[in-house]
Amino acid sequence: MPGLDLFQEANRQLIVCNACRYCEGYCPVFRAIETRRDFSQGDVFYLSNLCHDCRACYYACMFTPPHEFAINIPKILAEARMETYQRWSWPGFLARAFKDRGITVVLAFAVAALVLALSILLIPFTSLFAIHLGPGAFYEVVPYIAMVIGGVFLFFYAIAVWLHGGARFWSETRSALHQPGGVMALASAFTAALGLRYLKGGGPGCFYPDERPSSVRRIYHSLTSWGLLSDFVATTLAFIYQDFFHRLPPYPLTSAPVIFGSVGGVALIVGTGGLIWFKLRSDREPEGAGASGMDYVFLVTLGLTALTGMLTLIFRAMPAMGSMLILHLALIAALFVTAPYGKFVHFVYRSLALIRYEIEQRQPRQHVGH
Amino acid sequence: MAEYDVIVIGGGNAAMCAALAARHVVSRVLILERAPEHMRGGNTRHTRNIRCTHAAADQFFSGPYSEEEHLEDLIGVTGGPANLDLAKLAVRESSKLPEWMSAHGVNWQQPLAGTLHLGRTNRWFLGGGKALLNTYYQTACRMGIRIRYDAMIEDLVIENGRFEGVRLKNGNTEEFIRGRAVVVAAGGYEANIEWLKKHWGDAADNFIIRGTPYNDGMLLATLLKKGAKAIGDPKGFHAIAVDARAPKFDGGIVTRLDAIPFGIVVNQLARRFYDEGENIWPKRYAIWGGLIAAQPGQKAFCIVDSKTIDRFLPPMFKPYQADSHEALGAAMGLDPKVFAETVAEYNRAAAGNTEIRIEVLDGACTRGIAPPKSNWASPIDRSPFYGLPLRPGITFTYMGVAVDEKARVLDQSGRPFTNVYAAGEIMSGNILTKGYLGGFGLTIGSVFGELAGREAANARA
Repeated sequence: MPGLDLFQEANRQLIVCNACRYCEGYCPVFRAIETRRDFSQGDVFYLSNLCHDCRACYYACMFTPPHEFAINIPKILAEARMETYQRWSWPGFLARAFKDRGITVVLAFAVAALVLALSILLIPFTSLFAIHLGPGAFYEVVPYIAMVIGGVFLFFYAIAVWLHGGARFWSETRSALHQPGGVMALASAFTAALGLRYLKGGGPGCFYPDERPSSVRRIYHSLTSWGLLSDFVATTLAFIYQDFFHRLPPYPLTSAPVIFGSVGGVALIVGTGGLIWFKLRSDREPEGAGASGMDYVFLVTLGLTALTGMLTLIFRAMPAMGSMLILHLALIAALFVTAPYGKFVHFVYRSLALIRYEIEQRQPRQHVGH
Repeated sequence: MAEYDVIVIGGGNAAMCAALAARHVVSRVLILERAPEHMRGGNTRHTRNIRCTHAAADQFFSGPYSEEEHLEDLIGVTGGPANLDLAKLAVRESSKLPEWMSAHGVNWQQPLAGTLHLGRTNRWFLGGGKALLNTYYQTACRMGIRIRYDAMIEDLVIENGRFEGVRLKNGNTEEFIRGRAVVVAAGGYEANIEWLKKHWGDAADNFIIRGTPYNDGMLLATLLKKGAKAIGDPKGFHAIAVDARAPKFDGGIVTRLDAIPFGIVVNQLARRFYDEGENIWPKRYAIWGGLIAAQPGQKAFCIVDSKTIDRFLPPMFKPYQADSHEALGAAMGLDPKVFAETVAEYNRAAAGNTEIRIEVLDGACTRGIAPPKSNWASPIDRSPFYGLPLRPGITFTYMGVAVDEKARVLDQSGRPFTNVYAAGEIMSGNILTKGYLGGFGLTIGSVFGELAGREAANARA
């Protein structure tokens, strides 16, 4: 409907959904709608982050365009979601990256280029293209202290911006919660997030890339998120090996850091590749304006990070190791610098939305029905 | 020239069941759907559950529902089916539907919130009617059934009681498609305003059609012209109260209003005209379409106050709102004085009824007023006051073609056409004569669709 701003339009559509309720079986968004009669801006913020974009409701709806009711919930919620990403990010000039994904790309390239340029300037060519073997081989190319300072700074910067955004999500989506959620609510939200419970379209799977439901996208997404977790575990283990057991990398192929790292790396490559491939073929109608650009930047950065990590492993006893290593470090830097300004943030708000949902579902309430 | 074993005309639940069942027997099955692809499926798009006989509770049914009870319910609301044998057949065969539907890809869900009273007798398919249709169309494609959208039927070619083929109109050109049998599952005529006008006059201009604009009854008219026997009241339709601001067609479920038992209903003269608390809402909601159709201008208003506005399903359209009865009457375009008088008179008659218990016939009635309100008569006295404009919303029509126990269409003398079958709304008049039993339209469509498709496929010769 022209003339309505994003939140008025979301409110208009949600009121139609609340009068219909046919989609109740698909996901928590519709069950959360039913506990409300009107939708504040905070409600729209909350519902938009609760939506997993499984698109089941879009194909089930008899009121999608060209029907005059023009209902398209995945699209309007994706657009509202992008607004919240920007709203809760910091600082403002970088938060604009969500609207203008050029900023994210430039940021990612700039950081990656900076890391590469510094590496090329500071690392003697003889060292960069030499074969390094034995404990501390990687640090003969890039000094340990440089990796730690850069890594720790970027990691904690991203986490700080995420936490700040998460706090704003929680305060701005406040709903009437009379009872605290308790452990069960948290546990349920946690398993819903980790297991991607609501990418199942209520059972048969995501309606993605087209109207035939399947579980393939959920598998790709699981590979991506679990792959990332696995790589995080690998990094943590390597840190323990090095700083507690004083064993310097590279570690043997059968060591825990390498196993976690390579399983995660392969999962990430397959997962991000699959998600990109699906996205390229996906139906544009239920897609939020500008959402896919943001998704591609994140998926490509993440996928390339994993790929260069795997290449570093493969080439670690060869002259190409140095180049692969600095490429990998450059991409990690790009990934974390853009982490608060791209699709990466969705896991923060979606997890919090799931927690809010689980707490809401445990409130005593009167069902409005007929 | 194209030739098919079975041609199915229509694209809703009955048509899809017929096509799928036929395809299990024969290989060349064609669906001719009048609507474009995005509007495929007729009024099935607006359905959400199906009523089935079953012996025991399961994951989706909250308890058993016997054939006897099912039939009793059907007789209770319809006052007796037109053809008891066909009603029994539908009730009996409905027990096979959940398994048959699951086998063709249908997913299920728990009853929707607020519909728990149907949880024992009816089964909800996940996401509602359009999701059901999407599943059937995807299954049909996988099974190699041909589907044509925007298929305008010019005529059925029937010679000596035998179907030969259909003539299609593509712009200025005609096309003939030969078929060995035909299943007509093309819905009713409720979207044909000119047809309704024959019985209702200009009042039909003020009717809102809740479902697809494509149910113009052309195939019903064609069958009747070819000598099929009509069955059911030609004037009869199922109609409920919908918001007067609903679109002329296809507003579906979201325009219906459940406010009436909580308040009063006045016509454009600002007078009440019927007992709003006669019986519990699920038993009475379907009389209000007809009641409003008989009022001047086919319009009415439901009035509630701030005590009750949050107690029914939230409406799609914002109610009129005002702080006094006069102001609300004026906002709705009624005579404010007469309106305020009507409300005041009702409030005096309902004085002392403070609490509404909507789940039961609570006996909180009016005293000394005509018409009375027999239950839930609480005074409309706490501002702000709200008004919801109402019009009759037509769900479906009752008249159709008579069929036998093999779903064959009967001619005037009661003999079946050789290879002409009917299923769904176009033949539901064999069972439903008036009233409606929630979810039973799909029961008829599925049982007779499957039957017609199978019989048509076996009958080809």
